[in-house]
Amino acid sequence: MRAGHRTIIFAVLLALVLAGACRSDSAGDTVLRFWAMGREGEVVTELVRDFERTRPGIRVVVQQLPWSAAHEKLLTAFAGGTTPDVAQLGNTWIAELAALKTLEPLDRYVAASSVVQAGDYFPGIWETNRIDGFLYGVPWYVDTRLVFYRRDLLRRAGFSEPPTSWNDWRRMLAAVAADAAPGRHAILLPLNEVEPLLALALQQEEPLLRDGGRHGNFRSAGFRRALSFYREMFERDWAPLVAQVAIANVWHAFGHGDFVFYVSGPWNIGELKRRLPAAQQETWMTAPLPGPEGPGASIAGGSSLVLFRTSRHRAGAWQLIEFLSQPAVQRRFHALTGDLPPRRAAWSDRGPADDVHARAFREQLERVKPMPQVPEWERIATEVRHVAERAVRGGLSVDQAVAELDRRADRILEKRRWLLARRNE
Amino acid sequence: MVVNGLLLGAAVVSLFPLLWMASVSLMGPGEASTFPPPLMPRDASLGNYRELFAHGGMAGYVANSVMLTAAVTLVSLTINVAAGYAFAKLEFTARDRIFKLLLGALVIPAQVAMVPLFLLLKQLGLVNTYGGVIVPAAASIFGIFLVRQYALSIPNDLLEAARIDGASEFRIFRSVIVPTLKPIIVTLAVFTVLGTWNDFMWPLIVLSDQELYTLPVALASLSREHVQDPELMMAGAVLTTLPVLFVFLILQRHYIDGLTAGSVKE
Amino acid sequence: MTARGAAWLFVAPALLVVGVFFFVPVLAGFALSLTDFDLYALADLGNLRLVGLRNYARLLTTPLFWQALGNTLYFVVAGVPLSIAVSLGTALLLHSRLVRFRAFFRTALFTPVVTTLVAVAVIWRYLFDTRYGWLNYALGALGAPPVDWLGDPRWAMPAIIVFAVWKSFGYNMIILLAGLQSIPAELYEAARIDGASACRQFRHITLPMLTPVGVMVSILTIAGYFQLFAEPYVMTQGGPLQSTVSVLYFMYEEGFKWWNLGAASAVAVMLFILIFALTVVQLCLVRWQSAA
Repeated sequence: MRAGHRTIIFAVLLALVLAGACRSDSAGDTVLRFWAMGREGEVVTELVRDFERTRPGIRVVVQQLPWSAAHEKLLTAFAGGTTPDVAQLGNTWIAELAALKTLEPLDRYVAASSVVQAGDYFPGIWETNRIDGFLYGVPWYVDTRLVFYRRDLLRRAGFSEPPTSWNDWRRMLAAVAADAAPGRHAILLPLNEVEPLLALALQQEEPLLRDGGRHGNFRSAGFRRALSFYREMFERDWAPLVAQVAIANVWHAFGHGDFVFYVSGPWNIGELKRRLPAAQQETWMTAPLPGPEGPGASIAGGSSLVLFRTSRHRAGAWQLIEFLSQPAVQRRFHALTGDLPPRRAAWSDRGPADDVHARAFREQLERVKPMPQVPEWERIATEVRHVAERAVRGGLSVDQAVAELDRRADRILEKRRWLLARRNE
Repeated sequence: MVVNGLLLGAAVVSLFPLLWMASVSLMGPGEASTFPPPLMPRDASLGNYRELFAHGGMAGYVANSVMLTAAVTLVSLTINVAAGYAFAKLEFTARDRIFKLLLGALVIPAQVAMVPLFLLLKQLGLVNTYGGVIVPAAASIFGIFLVRQYALSIPNDLLEAARIDGASEFRIFRSVIVPTLKPIIVTLAVFTVLGTWNDFMWPLIVLSDQELYTLPVALASLSREHVQDPELMMAGAVLTTLPVLFVFLILQRHYIDGLTAGSVKE
Repeated sequence: MTARGAAWLFVAPALLVVGVFFFVPVLAGFALSLTDFDLYALADLGNLRLVGLRNYARLLTTPLFWQALGNTLYFVVAGVPLSIAVSLGTALLLHSRLVRFRAFFRTALFTPVVTTLVAVAVIWRYLFDTRYGWLNYALGALGAPPVDWLGDPRWAMPAIIVFAVWKSFGYNMIILLAGLQSIPAELYEAARIDGASACRQFRHITLPMLTPVGVMVSILTIAGYFQLFAEPYVMTQGGPLQSTVSVLYFMYEEGFKWWNLGAASAVAVMLFILIFALTVVQLCLVRWQSAA
């Protein structure tokens, strides 16, 4: 190759390199970067088109993250200084990002807003966004965990109503399991999901962490009861020992009758409606989570919309949050995803209130408790998942499991104890 | 006979997954998840590829990989060849001691440096940019070693003659050394292209924006979302593997020679 | 410009890059391992504490660290001999005079080495599928029951070993082949004339002559296998029951998932010490053996 050609190619590639190495927004349009997860991420791309139409000059770039990687990516963005403008954030993560001082407090935005009215939101949900007296997120949708079940299979086992207490549930699980063909089970509790166990734990009186979130409280009688019940389901072979990925298509499996009960969240209302044939839509229903003595509490879950401090377009970003909080937009969002609105205005007219499958959720939302609001919660929940899996597979007794969990939680919370002690000096 | 039979068996084991990958990538959705598992598609179609390019953003990822690989190869080749030659043929203070130090560093696994390197790049503003991938890869001790090994065999008289003629060191490098080093340059280029294209862990850590993803990172993230779509994933795997396979097949002589040259001589 | 000045210009970029982006971070890594750098510290450096060797002490009492170490050792102890045996076997086959289409076979057997790890990990994940995977289909054809390769804690690591050996044996095969080719043919001639069987020739000529190359191959392979990361990341996410968490995977999660950078650096340093120690042990063994 001639020297001259080589130099040109070198220069071109060097230019490409430099172009790639520096990133700059094109002049003119304000570009808002919005990170959204899962199904919501797919759907919101449509919704923001409307927002862009009403606000020429603002462009919204949606980055979809799978839930399995979202927490990691958010922290990586924080560590690398590359956080977006707006993001959907699971409300158990708000405490963590707030502690890192990366979220913008939204109190003054909400005070000045005619769209986002604090009083319209379910109080339990609104409070999960409040850390140390400041508001860090606006609830986008709520979710919780309750029971999806096959009405027809339950009726065949001799029950016309879903269970309301743990003992009810035990009887039904036993009856259904006795009836079931080999390879089929009574209930699906994927081992990679910790929420069903945590929901059972939240139904107890004792909190999951004690001393203001300084120590684990897993050795309490309440958590032991929850873990024992959870473990029982696997010991009696009511639930198969599988993680989610082993089930090729969980909706088809449900429709096929591979399991009768499934503890899951509102997004599956939309999924089951879409993926099961019309003829089967009558066979499944939702019911609130049974508690130890009667109807029980469940997780006050859901996602909020948060604004990052490093955003250079905070006003525009807030407008996006406002847009997504409008009751009409929330209802459209519900129609597309099955996710439930966090504000009563979006429930009162047609839409979610009409949906017969969502009724159980409406009822459950009155009985929800939040997870502990400590920044380390995500990590502790992961440890609960690992230890629970070992307990369920027979490697640990309940006593050993809860002791181990307390040990791990205490270790994870050590820095928090130190920081809190230092703050009080 | 036995020998050839065994070799054929081994070759089948080596190549089967790759051929299967290509075959499944041409199947329709859901076809591969049947029992018994099919070998050939019923109606071969490019539907999966179309889907990847239309909705998966593949075109972007391919472009990213190409651009990044080209940039790293160009930059690191320049730097490594210059340094390798200098360590072999040019005189400067403590030349051999510095080289021994570099060789010793080969023992240290790169992971020890990863976390602090990330923090350093964050200070320099290079996180989530291609600079963050290119700059740390701009020089490689292995590459310098390879070039030096080869450059040692250049006869000194050649250099002396050129110097006596009054040529500057840069002139000598450009006109005399580089052409002589061509075989090792090609070898090093092949190594670098293969290594950069296939690199996974570091781009995974440094690049957080989806638009910047290279093919391996994009494929890993797609595979976590689309567990249920083997056909789509195989199409992605084909796109990721084919270019380097192609480069390898064309230039395999250089690659294999480089491998053995660096190792057997010890 | 003096010759010396020019020389510095030639090496300066390389030394700069390697110095700033490798040596400095390595030293910083050692330093970082003595602190409790974490998310809180990333937010506010005032939250940083110097903790001395506490990270190391903590690691030694973390069950997952020992499990990661055990998993990695399992992978190395089972995988390295298997990989080298396969490499040696195929190299011997390729070296044989009876081979036809040698170039084709050599390329075919080497191809897995150059493929993108992530891509082939994805392929193998489907090959390992319990119901629709080819491996279980082949096992079924032989009359064996299907194995839940990636879902059973007992079989997940063997699955990864099989995959890793498949991917990497070609590399050592080429090096061992070159080693074989450099053994003078006269040695075998002489042995044959003396009436030595193929087995004896192998033991007394091939193996000793291959030892230097073999040692290098084993050192590099062991060091490489200790750095197991991408396979568990793509195929099993460390599961099931954390049976495929390797030391590097553990470091990655500790450092880049939970951002306990101090602890992660400690893990990296321990990994380095481990590999270094093993390399020294191997070299000493060789020297001791050749002296004997």
